[in-house]
Formats: sequence, structure tokens, C-alpha cells
Amino acid sequence: MKSLLTQPIFSFFVTIGLFYFFKIIYTKYPFALLNPVMLSVITLILYLKSFQIPYEEYFEGAKVISFFLGPAVVALAVPLHEQMVEIKKRKSPLLISVGVASIIGVLAAAGIAHALGASSEVVASIAPKSVTAPIAMGIAQKINGIPSLTTAIVIATGILGAVLGPGFLRLCGIKDPLAFGFAMGSASHGIGTARALEEGELQGSVAGLAMALNGVATATVTPFLIKLFF
Amino acid sequence: MIESLFFLFCFLILGEFISTLLTLPIPGSVIGMVLLTVALEFNIVKAETVKPSSKILLNNLSLLFIPPGVGLMVYFNIINEYFLPIVISYFVSTFAVLYISGIIVQRLDRS
Repeated sequence: MKSLLTQPIFSFFVTIGLFYFFKIIYTKYPFALLNPVMLSVITLILYLKSFQIPYEEYFEGAKVISFFLGPAVVALAVPLHEQMVEIKKRKSPLLISVGVASIIGVLAAAGIAHALGASSEVVASIAPKSVTAPIAMGIAQKINGIPSLTTAIVIATGILGAVLGPGFLRLCGIKDPLAFGFAMGSASHGIGTARALEEGELQGSVAGLAMALNGVATATVTPFLIKLFF
Repeated sequence: MIESLFFLFCFLILGEFISTLLTLPIPGSVIGMVLLTVALEFNIVKAETVKPSSKILLNNLSLLFIPPGVGLMVYFNIINEYFLPIVISYFVSTFAVLYISGIIVQRLDRS
């Protein structure tokens, strides 16, 4: 029985099966806390823990799914191109927004962790938490953080932004589609972008743009900010 | 479908190539996205050519994050060790970035 559960086809099967199931529920009851990504991740962790299947074994079968993250990020160029007229009209607000948000993001994340007594390694690991995982890991490495811890926090940040971000933004009166998408991509990278795409093409494409811009901005400012303040 | 996948991977590999060659911390996929956007803008590649698989990938983008998301379980111990600083910083900074980046775009546009 256990040998069946650890076969690659089974990992693949439960992953798409759970996502399919939670997506049906979410379509029927579109509440933030029924987010399909979050529920699939939680259920899969519970499943692996209860059958004592190590993550590496699960990932053997499931990695074909995340393999397509690379081309999917490239594919964001398509909606970006289609919305370019809208985006070009508001170039400077977007650029100012990433500039400020990248600095505030790093200072808030690192500052709070530092103030609450986290070690310098942990502070460095949490500093780049808003940007896409490969960039965040690179930054963490450069400033003596723990890249694997960064990855974990980055993914958790993506899920938090995707689940509570839209409601929070609406609560703050940020309803403009461009501002909404840009905030989602800046704060919670690809997972936030995926969520923003559900709202519309403009929101999704701008989120993809924000993810790229914030990645570059954060990679540039973080080493200086960490040296300066921590 | 195959044609569009071919072009997406062309740009992905081009991006990876540039990222490794210049030892940039920016992932190849992000560089590939920028390059493909430029190629689409200058009509070097037609949107229709890359659309079929782009649509499928982007419609299911959330799914692709699930396997790395499950990887969170590997880090429970280390997160547990610094639970409070990590969790508070995590919540506050995420909402701070959401608010600030959103409000700047919205306000500057109105003025």
C-alpha cells in the first residue's frame, strides 16, 4: 500500500486531484479562506505527515507540475504586452511605487524581526520575503541569511497575500485595478500574481510586472539597507 | 500549441543563459519574461504565436506553486525556533507592502 502512495504518479495524482476538488469548492463558495492553493498545501502536508512520506519522495512525482513555473513566468509577457498601453500611461506612479515599497518592505520585515530578538541570520533571511523565491534566495545568500528559510517565508508570504490581500486592499479603499494588481505582485510575487489574474487580465499582468520590478529593486536595495541598519 | 511552447522555452532558455552568463541574482524566467515582452512590443514575435500554451499555463498558475508550497513542511522546525519574530514580521511587512504599493499607484494617478 505504502509503495503505491510513494509512486511518482500518485504524488502527481493527489496534487492535481486536491487542487481540482478545492477549486470546485472555491468556485461555489468564493471565500478568501477557501483559497485552493492554501487548502491543497495544508491537506498535502497533513497527508505526507500522517503517512510519514518524506517531502523529497512526494516532490519526485510532483516536480513535473512546478517544472512549468519557468515557462509560466515567461508567459506573463503576453498579458503584459496586451495591457502595455494602460501600463505606459501610468509609468511613473508604478516606478515610484516599487521604489518605495521595496525599501519599506525590507525595512519592515528586517526591522520587526530584529526588534523582536531574531538572530542576524534570521533577520537576513526574512528581509527579501516579498520577492519571487529564486531572487529572494540569491539576496539571502549575499547578506548571510539562510536561503532555505527564505524560501519557506517567501512561499508563506505568497499564500498570505493571495488569501488575505484582496480583502485587505478593498478594505483600504484600493479598488483601482492597476493599483490592486500592482500591490498583489509587489507584496506576494507569483502566488499573488496568480490570484490577481483571477480578478482580470489587467490586474494579473500588472502583478507580473510588479513581481519582476520589485525583484530587481529589492535585490538592489537589500544589501545596502542591511549594512546600514542592521 | 507546440509552436507556442517552443517559443516560451526559447525565451526561458535565453533568460537562463543571460542569468548564468552575467551571474545575475535575477532568475532566467523573469529575464525571459522581460525579453518576450520586448519581442512582442517590437512585433518580433506575434502574440498569437505564444498565446495557446501561455493561456493554459496562466489559467493554472496557482496549481504550479503547490509542490514548492508543500516544501514549507521541511522548515517547520526552524520557523518554530523563532516563531514570534518571524510571524509578526511576516504579517506586518506583507500588509505594509500591499498597502503602500497600492496606495501610491492609486493616489498618484488621481492627482
